[in-house]
Amino acid sequence: MATHESEKNEPGTPREARVEAGDPQAQAAEAGDATTTDGQAVSASEPGTAIGGEVAAGPETTGGEPVADPAPPAEAAEEIEEPKSFTVTVNVRRYDPEVDDEPKWVDYDVEMYPTERILDALHRIKWEQDSTLAFRRSCAHGVCGSDAMRINGRNRLACKALIKDFDISKPIYVEAIKGLPLEKDLIVDMEPFFDSFREIQPFLQATGKPEKERHQTIAQRERFDDTTKCILCAACTTSCPVFWTDGQYFGPAAIVNAHRFIFDSRDEASQVRLDILNDKEGVWRCRTTFNCTDACPRGIEVTKAIAEVKAAMTSGRVS
Amino acid sequence: MTESTVSDGIHYHQFDVVIVGAGGAGMRAAIEAAPHASTAVITKLYPTRSHTGAAQGGMAAALANVEDDNAEWHTYDTVKGGDYLVDQDAAEILTREAIDAVLDLENMGLPFNRTEDGKIDQRRFGGHTRDHGKAPVRRACYAADRTGHMILQTLYQNCVKHGVNFFNEFYALDLVMTEVDGVKRVAGVVAYELATGEIHVFQGKSVVFATGGFGKIFKTTSNAHTLTGDGVGIIWRKGLPLEDMEFYQFHPTGLAGLGILLTEGARGEGAILRNASGERFMERYAPTIKDLAPRDIVARSMVQEVLDGRGAGPHKDYVYLDCTHLGAEVLETKLPDITEFARTYLGVDPVVERVPVYPTAHYAMGGIPTNNDAEVLSDNDTVVPGLYAAGECACVSVHGSNRLGTNSLLDINVFGKRAGNNAVTYAKTADFVPLPTDAADNVVGWLTQLRASTGTESVAEIRKELQETMDRNAQVFRTEDTLNEAAAAVRDLRTRYLGVAVRDKGKRFNTDLLEAVELGFLLDLAEVLVVCALNRKESRGGHMRDDYPKRDDENYMQHTMAYLSGDAHSAESTDHIRLDWKPVRKTIYEPTERKY
Repeated sequence: MATHESEKNEPGTPREARVEAGDPQAQAAEAGDATTTDGQAVSASEPGTAIGGEVAAGPETTGGEPVADPAPPAEAAEEIEEPKSFTVTVNVRRYDPEVDDEPKWVDYDVEMYPTERILDALHRIKWEQDSTLAFRRSCAHGVCGSDAMRINGRNRLACKALIKDFDISKPIYVEAIKGLPLEKDLIVDMEPFFDSFREIQPFLQATGKPEKERHQTIAQRERFDDTTKCILCAACTTSCPVFWTDGQYFGPAAIVNAHRFIFDSRDEASQVRLDILNDKEGVWRCRTTFNCTDACPRGIEVTKAIAEVKAAMTSGRVS
Repeated sequence: MTESTVSDGIHYHQFDVVIVGAGGAGMRAAIEAAPHASTAVITKLYPTRSHTGAAQGGMAAALANVEDDNAEWHTYDTVKGGDYLVDQDAAEILTREAIDAVLDLENMGLPFNRTEDGKIDQRRFGGHTRDHGKAPVRRACYAADRTGHMILQTLYQNCVKHGVNFFNEFYALDLVMTEVDGVKRVAGVVAYELATGEIHVFQGKSVVFATGGFGKIFKTTSNAHTLTGDGVGIIWRKGLPLEDMEFYQFHPTGLAGLGILLTEGARGEGAILRNASGERFMERYAPTIKDLAPRDIVARSMVQEVLDGRGAGPHKDYVYLDCTHLGAEVLETKLPDITEFARTYLGVDPVVERVPVYPTAHYAMGGIPTNNDAEVLSDNDTVVPGLYAAGECACVSVHGSNRLGTNSLLDINVFGKRAGNNAVTYAKTADFVPLPTDAADNVVGWLTQLRASTGTESVAEIRKELQETMDRNAQVFRTEDTLNEAAAAVRDLRTRYLGVAVRDKGKRFNTDLLEAVELGFLLDLAEVLVVCALNRKESRGGHMRDDYPKRDDENYMQHTMAYLSGDAHSAESTDHIRLDWKPVRKTIYEPTERKY
């Protein structure tokens, strides 16, 4: 199905602040560039409404159980300030394989509230302006991993990127993640990504059938907690400059998932996975640029996990 | 991967077992089936995108790892929680097999939270009690507030281990049935490949539906965009019945205005619901177990507080979930995801602030009727040979009129496993049922018509109006009037849907076309739900009729069975929906008034 070379997905963001391969400082600058667009507090009942300014009273416990708060929290001002929307320009890199030779940037003006997400903007485009726009999404709150994309040059989940965190005086650029074959608009072929995942034997390997559960101490469980959070969205792998230039590299996500088993006290196949990753396309390709750690929407310390796998290889010890 | 053939532009595949859906139930079934028979899993999403991954709080099983507990107490809670509409023999299976279901997952690698002595840790959850309602009990096995994520990942990992054949981003659109000796038997499934727009026919000796729910008929929902009830809709259109469709669960704690789920596990860890004045209002509604009452009761209590003017916020339209006394450590270690959701989406830090919450459409208790072996029924007793269903799309019924929290992650594992096992056993003795030569015609004709549509109605607009009317008229509180309003709106929207526009005429990744297809399923299921809700003139579990506020066991202690009969496209629901009843199976639990 991969009819397009990954180079197809190459043209960069038309934006000066494009995050270049492996330059954490550029990324920091990019992040700093994201300002809150207005002073509004977030809302609950309507996007953008002030919640009421109160900070709930601290713990008031009596006999271990909090009692009702005698002083009601101050409600919002008498006159309710309704949320304000504003026009945001979203520039989407469109590509229809049945029509276009090359991807092209198309801009859309959409009315947005500050607490809405980039995913809401894409839905507004699809549902109100151009229903041919294609992108993946499902849960819309950052747990399914469908909607990783490159937003203003950084890999984000569209459902976790809030409008208020962007400088909306300029267009917001949205394009497919890089390094995987572009299929249509914001959709790439995920198969090569999942192939790498499957290669590291991502399943518990343990002999003997315990009568009940295998025991594990709280500390042993904690040892690999961080890497259990991975949702396989590919934000890390497709932010990695090594992966961009070498599609054979396992990439951060596969290593993260190997880490999840290598450091699981119940698993007996750590050495098998370490051998797999000791390959020329394995962990040693990592140049520790930290792009992956910055890109991870689950806050996994990806670079640290990779370093721990490297350390286990050199020391021959998993601890 | 088995060979496929192409004929007249249609791809044909043959597998012993064909599973539709790659959430928890589908993959649990696949793990049973794949080692023993050629098995295909058709899934509209990549497996790890399935909404099982969004479940948070836990999976119930009376392991008694941290305090005294047993399966009988769990059965009692499940039956009472479901307001006695639960089939009690099914609940006994659920709770008895719960223990192995949890141990299976642990043995497969699931990283549960642990106790000090290294066992699986357990926490409290709504409606789960010690000794028949005396006090909350710690029964939910969990992994932080990511239990569903861990289950989904663990099951996918084990599918990789067993080399399961996945057909990712294939949308099942039709079930093929062939009449053999006067009996309609399963022959296969017709699916649409998103990447290419091509049609595939999967011939199978047995077929398992594990297609999830349909929360997108509502506007405020914890459900994913993709939960459009395709599987349940396919079954409905084949003329097979749907059971208890009026019973829909609204989870009490959705992030206000957004519907994003905040686990009941927060209250299991001690969080408290408060109204605008800070009162712990659940003390008035459920004096014994308070905030840990079952979801239907808590959701109603919250809405009542708002209706009575005690709601919080500028519009007084939500209440608070107060976690501030739990401390940063509990929130960061046991409830990290919901803590982050509140921070990200509402800008509220649960460590120091109360979180605005309001009920959100969450779970369908009803669905495709099955027996305890996960076999699909074509009426109250008759099995459709070779057809199985499990998970949210199915109705066994272990949840009755209201599901207890943590019983759905349990359901998908217990009945997913049963479905997989039974589908394999069946496939080993059965032959392939011949495919009719026109197996794909129905889908091809339907999609061609949609693509060629010259209509001007917008999918997004119809869907939005549907979701708004369902939120307004068929949510936590319902009356004859509101339901009639919903019925009229749905009737109008179904007519408009016939003129729906599809702008994308292409073959590749045509999500425009698929959204139109999905909307058709949503409209069908919303219509069934409303008709069933109008027909049940009592209040029970998740179905609260303000005009009939009491439970009426004399007339309604039975399951609703809805059948499509006549022209599905006719505007009047009475022209094409027939309702019937199915008895509730009772073992030892006599219905009593439900108090907590």
